[in-house]
Amino acid sequence: MTLLDIVLFLPLAGFLLLMLLPKQSSRMAALVISTAVFIVSLGLLMPYWFQYPSGHTFTTDLPWISYPPIRYHVALDGLSLWLVLLSTLLTPIAALVSWNYIDHRVKEFYAFLLLLEFGLIGVFVAMDLFLFYVFWEVSLVPMYFLIGIWGHERRIYAAVKFFLFTMAGSVLMLGAIIFLYNRTGTFDYGQIQGMIQTGSLVFDPRTELLLFLAFFAAFAIKVPLFPLHTWLPDAHVEAPTAGSLMLASVMLKMGTYGLVRFCLPLFPEAAHRCAPWIAGLAIIGIIYGALVALVQPNMKKLVAYSSVSHLGFVVLGIFSFTQQGLDGAVYQMLNHGISTGALFILVGYLYERRHSLEISAYGGVATPAPKLAIIFLITTLASIGLPTLNNFVGEYLVLQGTASANFGWAVFAALGVIFSACYMLWLYQRAFFGKASESLSHHMPDLTAREWAAITPLLILMVWMGSFAQSFLPSISVQNAAILDQTKKLRVERVAIPARQTVEVSRAR
Amino acid sequence: MPVNFLPTNVDYARFLPELILTLAGTLIMFLEALRPEGKKSHAGLFAIVALVMALPAALLATPGPAFQGMLVIDGMATFFRTLVIVVGLLVVFSSTDYLRREKQDTGEYYALVLFSIVGQCVMVTANELVMIFIGLEISSIASYILAGYLRDDARNNEAALKYFLLGSFATAFLLYGVAWMYGATGSTNLTEIRRSLISGAAPPEALIGVAAALIFVGLAFKISAAPFQGWAPDVYQGAPAPVSAFLTVGPKAAAFAVLLRIFMGSLEPIASRWAPAIWVCALATMVVGNFAAIMQSNIKRLLAYSSIAHAGYVLVAVAANSGTGSAAAMFYLAAYAFTNIGAFAVVTYFSRKGERYVGIDDFAGLAQRQPGMAAMLTIFLLSLIGVPLTGGFFGKFYIFKAALDAKLVWLTVIGLLNSAVAAYYYLRILVVMYMREPGESVEKLPPAGALLQIAVYGSAAGTLLLGIFPSLVLDFANRAALR
Repeated sequence: MTLLDIVLFLPLAGFLLLMLLPKQSSRMAALVISTAVFIVSLGLLMPYWFQYPSGHTFTTDLPWISYPPIRYHVALDGLSLWLVLLSTLLTPIAALVSWNYIDHRVKEFYAFLLLLEFGLIGVFVAMDLFLFYVFWEVSLVPMYFLIGIWGHERRIYAAVKFFLFTMAGSVLMLGAIIFLYNRTGTFDYGQIQGMIQTGSLVFDPRTELLLFLAFFAAFAIKVPLFPLHTWLPDAHVEAPTAGSLMLASVMLKMGTYGLVRFCLPLFPEAAHRCAPWIAGLAIIGIIYGALVALVQPNMKKLVAYSSVSHLGFVVLGIFSFTQQGLDGAVYQMLNHGISTGALFILVGYLYERRHSLEISAYGGVATPAPKLAIIFLITTLASIGLPTLNNFVGEYLVLQGTASANFGWAVFAALGVIFSACYMLWLYQRAFFGKASESLSHHMPDLTAREWAAITPLLILMVWMGSFAQSFLPSISVQNAAILDQTKKLRVERVAIPARQTVEVSRAR
Repeated sequence: MPVNFLPTNVDYARFLPELILTLAGTLIMFLEALRPEGKKSHAGLFAIVALVMALPAALLATPGPAFQGMLVIDGMATFFRTLVIVVGLLVVFSSTDYLRREKQDTGEYYALVLFSIVGQCVMVTANELVMIFIGLEISSIASYILAGYLRDDARNNEAALKYFLLGSFATAFLLYGVAWMYGATGSTNLTEIRRSLISGAAPPEALIGVAAALIFVGLAFKISAAPFQGWAPDVYQGAPAPVSAFLTVGPKAAAFAVLLRIFMGSLEPIASRWAPAIWVCALATMVVGNFAAIMQSNIKRLLAYSSIAHAGYVLVAVAANSGTGSAAAMFYLAAYAFTNIGAFAVVTYFSRKGERYVGIDDFAGLAQRQPGMAAMLTIFLLSLIGVPLTGGFFGKFYIFKAALDAKLVWLTVIGLLNSAVAAYYYLRILVVMYMREPGESVEKLPPAGALLQIAVYGSAAGTLLLGIFPSLVLDFANRAALR
């Protein structure tokens, strides 16, 4: 048993414990448990502190089901490390922001929150395709309840839509996983990938394309990529603050993580073939998301559409097949988790005070609540991509990588950065500047200690990740280099072999 | 010569579970006749004891033929015999409260359940078409009566009548098929039929084809496969809730066992002829079941259509026509048994006297009044959807794996998409339970009786156990699988 197993199963134990504890103590218990998980999870950093191992750490590989051979195989690498930490950091924050917001069926709420954490961590560390699918589905159920029970008016519609969209994608992925197993006799990610690397497992192009698309459909819905994004605004608007926070910050990363982890290394040929199309969709998503965000009267919807736009960058970076692009994409996953998470928290703060998500209900908030206004400003600037704040690093790397792959893509994608400044600053101006109405001033107390506690870690990270990217990037880069290597080497070999043959044939003549 | 036909002790030992259950059933009938008016019946307890005794007898039966090869105890027989006995136990547990509530707490009910299980045990052990027919009749006649057990209830009467008329019609098809099969191959023994099919002088394919088709129609009716599913919703909706639980699981599992034995066993040499028919049938069953279920507002009817859809998934495994396919079908039936009995047990609990509350909307706010029961129903529904860590998920997984092994790619894709569609209507129940405010129907909800709780929690434990440690049952199924 490694530290990773403890981090993975602590939330599950917490979930069970919460079921047994009396109702009154569930808030505190959930906060204590999730904070403990976070503190324990910091121990995962040890092998990555000032050194950048490229392989897996904290591996546990135990048989689970004898036939078909499904193993409990979890491990950590430079890619999953940060996503695990993001999940463990945001869960206590989600517990904090729900402190007063969730006032009915409190025990169930926190129980589902911990179950969600279990599923999310599991998705990021599973090294067995089957185990990955199990966690993928397990994380779906608590989020469905979080939206459906504690959401706003149209919560049921949003929850069902969310569930069905994800389910439709993931059954196709399940089909592809079974197909892979039938071809290889194993569910182990490392083994399958090794077979592909050594050439002992070769698909004909059509099969590879179909398998790639089956995985891609599941991930693209989760990301969400442009034509499949319609569930996201609904889910975000209707979810409670903690739900939006976990959904935007961690759950969407399941999709992008899947793309990097599975789609690229397992099906490199198909990934290269589809890259232009996917990049096209990503760019449409960037611009479309930004334009729709521009005209939203509802704050949460605005942030939701900005997510569509930001995640377009991530997908674009991934399918640029360049080191910088991929580094930027992974870094941007974390950035988006931090800054969009913070935005949702702040919108939640506003909602708790005024009980409205309409921008028009606000105006002049800066006068009664200057501290809230400053925090919101910093977060807004981070989201826009101001240098020294986190998003800048990710967006810059993505654009640089994309530009070296295809300059045209980078030009269009860069429009998204400009638009993001428009919609965010305009939002800020409408909500915080101007003259505060009488009723607004009365209902707008400044931040409380609990609210400070929830937002401060994110603010620190925004500055840290923006100014000292070197603390994070090298371990990510090492992993990305390995993944890129896996996609490239194959390409070269496959192109090279027929070329040599033709030469020989011509000589013989 | 006549000496050879006398059964030996070995024969009786292999037949022990049926003997125990028959004896117990008969005894219950006797005691019931002698019971003074107004005295409480202990038949339920008696039935439980009999089933608990039959369980080890079924599990530990030595493999081999019995009664001159009329019956055969092999892995598959043991698997299904154990399954139907466990099903019987859970059904008895979930029935007691119900019968007491309806003031029909008489012993005949339990005797009929036991007889029906005897019939199913005979079906799954039979190696003989005539024995299959006898088993089917024992099982069916008992279940016709069970479906109409509350004789003053109009819906019960309708269910029983419909079930009886259509059921006997289907049995006639089966019997006609048996006759054709005998005519074509000169034997009703399944091993003999297979031998004659692979022998040099194989009977004409047209004859075998007609026989196989007729037998399939008879069995397809019992498993409610499209296009022979029309009776199922009415019967499952009309019958008493615990009986519906039994009908969706017990007779179905037995009929599937027969289907596997006849088609994957005896008729395997002509698999290329029947496999396409089952392919079509599986597809139609999944689609009809799932799309019709979307429209339902009555939870019993919804579960009835869902049961049709699930028969479709199992047919996918049959269409795969392989060892893994038959193991997958067996695992699925076991997982489905726990799940569905559990779901019906919660419905039994919730519906209250006269089954007043069976609308889906009646479940509004159940989670706030009875969180335990709501959580259990959630587990069952998630298992029906096929969410990991429940038995239903591994069942689906093994079935689609077997189907892909057999290169049934399109059937797999359509099946998987079907299960996404199915998620919609199961989710509706979850939505109502957890996300609506409690209404009149959940007020004054008495806590569940102890026996019913055993049924619900036992089924939930089974569902989760099959979902977390599927090897327990799957290894058994794999060893027991045909071929």
